[in-house]
Amino acid sequence: MSGHDLAIVGAGPAGIAAALEGAALGLSVLVLDEQDAPGGQVFRAVERAAGDPALAGDYATEGMALVRAFRAARGVEYRPGTTLWHIDTDTLRLSLLREGKAEEAGASRLLLATGAQERPVPIPGWTLPGVMGAGAAQILLKTAGAVPAGPVVIAGQGPLCWLIAVQMLRAGAGPVTLLETTRGSAATAALQAGGLWAGRRLLLKGLALVREARARGLRVVRKVRGLQALGEGRVEHVRWEGNTIPCGTLLLHEGVIPSTHVTRALGLEHRWDAAQLCWRPTLDGWGATSHDGIAVAGDGGGIGGWEAAVATGRLAALDAACRLGRIDTAERDRRAVPHRAALRRALALRPFLDRLYAPAPEVLAPADDSTLVCRCEEITAGQVRAAARLGATGPNQAKAYLRTGMGPCQGRMCGTTVAALIAAERGITVEQAGVLRPRAPFKPLTVGALAGLAKDDAA
Amino acid sequence: MYAQRPEARPATVEVLVDGQVVRVPEGASAAAAVLLAGLPALRSTPVGGAPRLPYCMMGVCFDCLAEIDGVPNRQACMVTVAPGMRIAPQRGARVAGPRA
Repeated sequence: MSGHDLAIVGAGPAGIAAALEGAALGLSVLVLDEQDAPGGQVFRAVERAAGDPALAGDYATEGMALVRAFRAARGVEYRPGTTLWHIDTDTLRLSLLREGKAEEAGASRLLLATGAQERPVPIPGWTLPGVMGAGAAQILLKTAGAVPAGPVVIAGQGPLCWLIAVQMLRAGAGPVTLLETTRGSAATAALQAGGLWAGRRLLLKGLALVREARARGLRVVRKVRGLQALGEGRVEHVRWEGNTIPCGTLLLHEGVIPSTHVTRALGLEHRWDAAQLCWRPTLDGWGATSHDGIAVAGDGGGIGGWEAAVATGRLAALDAACRLGRIDTAERDRRAVPHRAALRRALALRPFLDRLYAPAPEVLAPADDSTLVCRCEEITAGQVRAAARLGATGPNQAKAYLRTGMGPCQGRMCGTTVAALIAAERGITVEQAGVLRPRAPFKPLTVGALAGLAKDDAA
Repeated sequence: MYAQRPEARPATVEVLVDGQVVRVPEGASAAAAVLLAGLPALRSTPVGGAPRLPYCMMGVCFDCLAEIDGVPNRQACMVTVAPGMRIAPQRGARVAGPRA
């Protein structure tokens, strides 16, 4: 088993930045990533797709530069196509799956840079074929150059909705309609959060996107509530408060939340973030978790976007080098200065965005009893409420009542919704309802793969 | 339904989606191939038999579970296409044990 100084899980902006910084400080770095190429979701497939005019912007310029630097780095062992399914928290031994075979790796320190996932948007009909996450459609554009055929409806809110609308229109899709769910009161609350001047660069980028979307013919309907996807066998219409429009592809988006599956499975300390309405691991200013040997960087530690992820990745690598005795704390602190400044700039607009695009209560806990919340086991909001009345005190107890969180996704999709429904029904906070505790394996593996590992150990 | 854009990403890899030959760009996932093939559903759920297509495309939702090159229960969105890859829908729960 190879013993690296630092193992990094995830080759997105945070993982790449940490690898570059760590290697520059003389650490031997191992980077594991589930994808077959570096970039994470934000810069997914950038080496293949940077030339696509639909994706012009940060993706093609800064994303490409980051991935090029990663490819050129010395002292970094990169294992793409590698799935992490277990971490031994005593030894930091990692159990992996690559090309159908289980293998192991070891490191003195571990950095989890597992990024974000789209917040589930449980509306009636969201399991119909033709309904996807907006980010999912963007991944299709990046990895395959494909766009929806026929009328596209993007429903929800957040900067990504506008970016995807523009990219779809540039790529020739359409007509595209944006059903924006932002509430009227949100703008006032957002303005009170401030940060507009410090975050002006991001704000101007956003405004340019809105202008381009309008110029390219995006139809926008505001203050949409009561969304439903309708159709027989696939989505055919989208309905909201008395309006119905035809729809070939419905793309839902209510922002992103940290991917905390692994950090929760490890039993690391987490806290409920009331501003971003999600769980996040408890971290210090260097990304250190409640476990001595494990740190978190990037959106997996709280949503900040790719520029913040680069900064937190670099900070975590500096701390790793310090704890491994390569640099002293004074050197670490000195080198951290520019990254702390970059992090402040990247996060300046975040309070404004968090308030403007805070999901409505019905996104967190669907009002309609018949809405499916657990896609795997097909459990409705009404069933979860009934379980709460029978005594289920949180998502971990609900598993025994309903199997929510016990299907193949292990609660990645329903965990937060189940907790919010139970909290509302029992008159407690989401924090009191608790967070779903997943178990290893983090991703399914075959008995054959597992048995192969045991044989290798014996040899 | 999804449309390809050969001017941006030429379709060069031939795969079989439910027995049908589909050409997709290099780097596309098996889930992307399913959407480009226009399959009405990639799986039916073990509980209610409802049709599903990929939802998240990034390994989170497990709605793209499929049989790929004879191995059931694989996340199609996490598998990159290779020439001749066979991608088949999975109806209900996967069948355990040795396969014919």
